[in-house]
Amino acid sequence: MSGYLSGLLGLLAVNVIVAYSVFVPAAAGLLNLGAAGFVLVGAYTAGGLSSLQGLPLVLAAPAGAAMAGLVAFAVSFPILRTRGIYMVLATFAFAEVVAGVLLNIPALGGAAGLTVMQFAGLDVVVPVALGVVAFVFWLMRTRFGLAVRALHDDESVAHLFGVNLRLTQVAALTIGGAIGGLGGAMLVHQFNFIDVQSTGVLFSIYVLLYVLMGGTQTVWGPLVGALFFTLVPEGLRRLSELDPALKFLEGGRYMVFGVAVVLLMMVRPQGLVTRTMLERLTTRSAEGGAAR
Amino acid sequence: MILLQQIVNGLMLGGILAFVAVAFTLSIGMLNFLNFTIPALFMVAGMVAWALSTAGPHLGGFGWHWLAAAAVGVGVVILASLLIERVTYRYMKARFGDATEHALPLVSSLGFLIVFEHLAMALWGGDPQRFTLPFKDTTITVGGLLFGVPHLIALVLAIVLVALLNGLLKGTQLGRALRAIAENPNAATLMGVEVQRIVPVVFVIAGVLSAFAGILYAASYGTVTPFMGEAIATDAIAGMVLGGLGNIWGAIAGGLVVGLVKVLAISTFGAEIEKIPVWGLLLLILVVRPQGLFGGSKIGKGKF
Repeated sequence: MSGYLSGLLGLLAVNVIVAYSVFVPAAAGLLNLGAAGFVLVGAYTAGGLSSLQGLPLVLAAPAGAAMAGLVAFAVSFPILRTRGIYMVLATFAFAEVVAGVLLNIPALGGAAGLTVMQFAGLDVVVPVALGVVAFVFWLMRTRFGLAVRALHDDESVAHLFGVNLRLTQVAALTIGGAIGGLGGAMLVHQFNFIDVQSTGVLFSIYVLLYVLMGGTQTVWGPLVGALFFTLVPEGLRRLSELDPALKFLEGGRYMVFGVAVVLLMMVRPQGLVTRTMLERLTTRSAEGGAAR
Repeated sequence: MILLQQIVNGLMLGGILAFVAVAFTLSIGMLNFLNFTIPALFMVAGMVAWALSTAGPHLGGFGWHWLAAAAVGVGVVILASLLIERVTYRYMKARFGDATEHALPLVSSLGFLIVFEHLAMALWGGDPQRFTLPFKDTTITVGGLLFGVPHLIALVLAIVLVALLNGLLKGTQLGRALRAIAENPNAATLMGVEVQRIVPVVFVIAGVLSAFAGILYAASYGTVTPFMGEAIATDAIAGMVLGGLGNIWGAIAGGLVVGLVKVLAISTFGAEIEKIPVWGLLLLILVVRPQGLFGGSKIGKGKF
């Protein structure tokens, strides 16, 4: 496999993991604009353990995920005091605080970033990503997944039917945080480097957009969103290298992404994949899905 | 003396933040819309003013008078604001009912932010550019303290504009219509307020405020980049939350407080600490006192 292709696949795997970290709370109706915060906690924990303590990746990565899950659990209580736009702002502020704290730990490299020796190749990152996808698919089929979806659609009705709101929300944030931490652990070992600047506000924004563009109604959404929005810009970049006349695509690929976001919000605000669409695709009778 | 100078510096940075914070708070208070195009408009105004006033290879080398360049910058922002209003708000509202219930306008505005930043990058490159005003010295010294003239203008202009805005909201027919929309758009429609005509006004006011801030920022710090809006906007959001969402005087005070905290923290503890006090404070405020430091916001009440 060429270096380019394996690099792309590695990036894709990390994007998919991080997208699912935002998806789990988003499926419960909790918008997280602070994905970078959990990713940074996981990355610096795992990276610190593996580079400073010499821990092997098999131990360091779960430790990163556990740490991020713990942090997510702890902050979920104050964050859940807020709602709507305030929650978006609170998660956003949380990520900035994490970045600020990490910048001030000299042992972890501070502003210069953390360099890690151990490398996680595709043989690690891709199975982990597949594992995360499988886990979330399973999770959404359980009773918890049902509760999460009920919460997303109508909080008060879900509550009336006996769904424990607080427990479900805390669990969704915690699981999301842990997945984000795992994504961070993969990220730092995939690139052998992490710093606060490159995993900032824009990172969180992009991840949230992957998820919302893919759709939060079904588990397929984040996968489709991350695939689409990682591969299309890369495809455009490749195209721009083929012919000088297509050179504008190189910088323009992000513009294409932005325009796609704006247009998708206009024509398909639920995201690319919706529940109805899946039902129509999988139903056997002609009117089965359409009747809903 | 050094401390006093730092306080002055903080307040001057705060003046510019206050501008942007007022733009954010208007958008949230009136429309319940966290408008992420504000950093884009901030940048567009600064970069257009730079591109037109610099006698360089950009756009064929204009080299206009800086005032004319700045005016065109503001004009471009007004046009962009109207386009943004159509796409992020009016269309969503028409198609999906009370769109403000959803995250749709927010996400759409993030899309616009990406488009504008990369458009500017495609046109002018990603490197910071020097933006200089034709004045010899843009600082004045009073009693040994150094004041930046563009900063002072920003602070005074922000207060004057907000006073005007306050008068507009309280004293005019348009202001009453705006407050009615903030309270309840559907009821306002039933009472004969032409929501479709009034909402663009909010977008244009927010856009013009961001444009002024962008030009003043470019003039006072002497550089423009396609990404200059991001850092300012995050700090301005912090200021807005401190002041209470929808509270325009609160946004001014919040912007000044954030500027002050930032500069003082940097000068006391070093540049790397700056995020912790500002965002820690913000997180605390959001959780403990989401209505902001100054109590209930006057506009947009009952929406949150």
